[in-house]
Amino acid sequence: MKKYLGPLSKDNPILVQTLGVCSALAVTAQLKPAVVMALSVTVVCACSNLIISLIRNTIPPRIRIIVQLLVVSFFVIVVDQVLQAMLYDVSKILSVFVGLIITNCIIMGRLEAFALSHKPLPSLMDGVMNGLGYGLVLVVVAFFRELLGSGTLWNYPVIPQSWYAAGYLNNGLMILPPMALILIGVIIWIKNGTIKRQL
Amino acid sequence: MIEILLRSVFIDNMVFAYFLGMCSYLAVSKNVKTAFGLGLAVCFVLTVTVPVNYLIDKYLLREGALAWLSDSFSATDLSFLSLILFIAVIAGIVQLLEMVFERYLPALNMALGIFLPLIAVNCAILGGSLFMQERNFPTVAHSLAYAVGSGIGWLLAITAFAAIRERLKYAKIPPTLQGNGIAYIITGLLGMGFMCFLGM
Repeated sequence: MKKYLGPLSKDNPILVQTLGVCSALAVTAQLKPAVVMALSVTVVCACSNLIISLIRNTIPPRIRIIVQLLVVSFFVIVVDQVLQAMLYDVSKILSVFVGLIITNCIIMGRLEAFALSHKPLPSLMDGVMNGLGYGLVLVVVAFFRELLGSGTLWNYPVIPQSWYAAGYLNNGLMILPPMALILIGVIIWIKNGTIKRQL
Repeated sequence: MIEILLRSVFIDNMVFAYFLGMCSYLAVSKNVKTAFGLGLAVCFVLTVTVPVNYLIDKYLLREGALAWLSDSFSATDLSFLSLILFIAVIAGIVQLLEMVFERYLPALNMALGIFLPLIAVNCAILGGSLFMQERNFPTVAHSLAYAVGSGIGWLLAITAFAAIRERLKYAKIPPTLQGNGIAYIITGLLGMGFMCFLGM
């Protein structure tokens, strides 16, 4: 069990392996899209890991990238259609970033590094845990950006009105894209300072 | 059209505004020369794939796009297929370009060679096509301007970043911040710089 927990902390896909940053940051201005995005990536990662692992012995190595892309884009289309049907407002915010899950390096990376050489069940676990590790960072970043940037959480105002009356202002910079990068940098900084990575 | 071009280079910069292609951006920016090579390759592939995907979107996928075939198809909406078709087109074109370069332009192949296969899974490329679809450009030429602009923007970003990183080797950085930590923060600061173009 312990080996599956790695992606949550010391092997975190975003913080340590620098994978999947592409789509991770653009959706973190608010908590809700970030959670939805995290769940979508987890589902896609787990399912495609499972499928690739099931057919791993029949894929010719030369065309494996194409096969992986097709499997992943199949699941992404399913997720995309479900989001458009059930959570239309969130899918509008996520816009192209749902589609970009296809090229999310976490998923391709896990398929290449894990699913191609392991049995289906461990691959499924690996996919889930990596998706969650990715989601964890997303949610932390989104939490701070929404709290400090708009004074809300999950669209509910949490900063009391009296603070605003006393001169508290939302930090508009937090909503802008560059702050997401700086926040991730700070998270990596804190993580490197506290968790010792076993080399 | 010039407006679209400039806008996609500076304001809607792929890296700083949408974080696209971040993975290779961080991984291949250790020195300016390779960074420039990858930037050129991305620029090139974007310029080819976005107009092709534009045509596919316009004449095959969009609602009513098949009307040129026959009237009975005029209500068909295949846009749910766009993800899978776009990625297939990109992977195909990258493979094709690689073969063409190998045969006719060995010098260019030497320069771009190792980067080309990587590009098929670069989010900036698929992102370019998806943004193109979202923005509904009126003609192919507009989508071409957008593609060239985004490519140049990416090239600019990665080259600037690589130059800063080379300089960083001589800077004193706290040990826990070294590597990726400082890379993210620098990108953020660069992004803030680019935001000044917003009022343009």
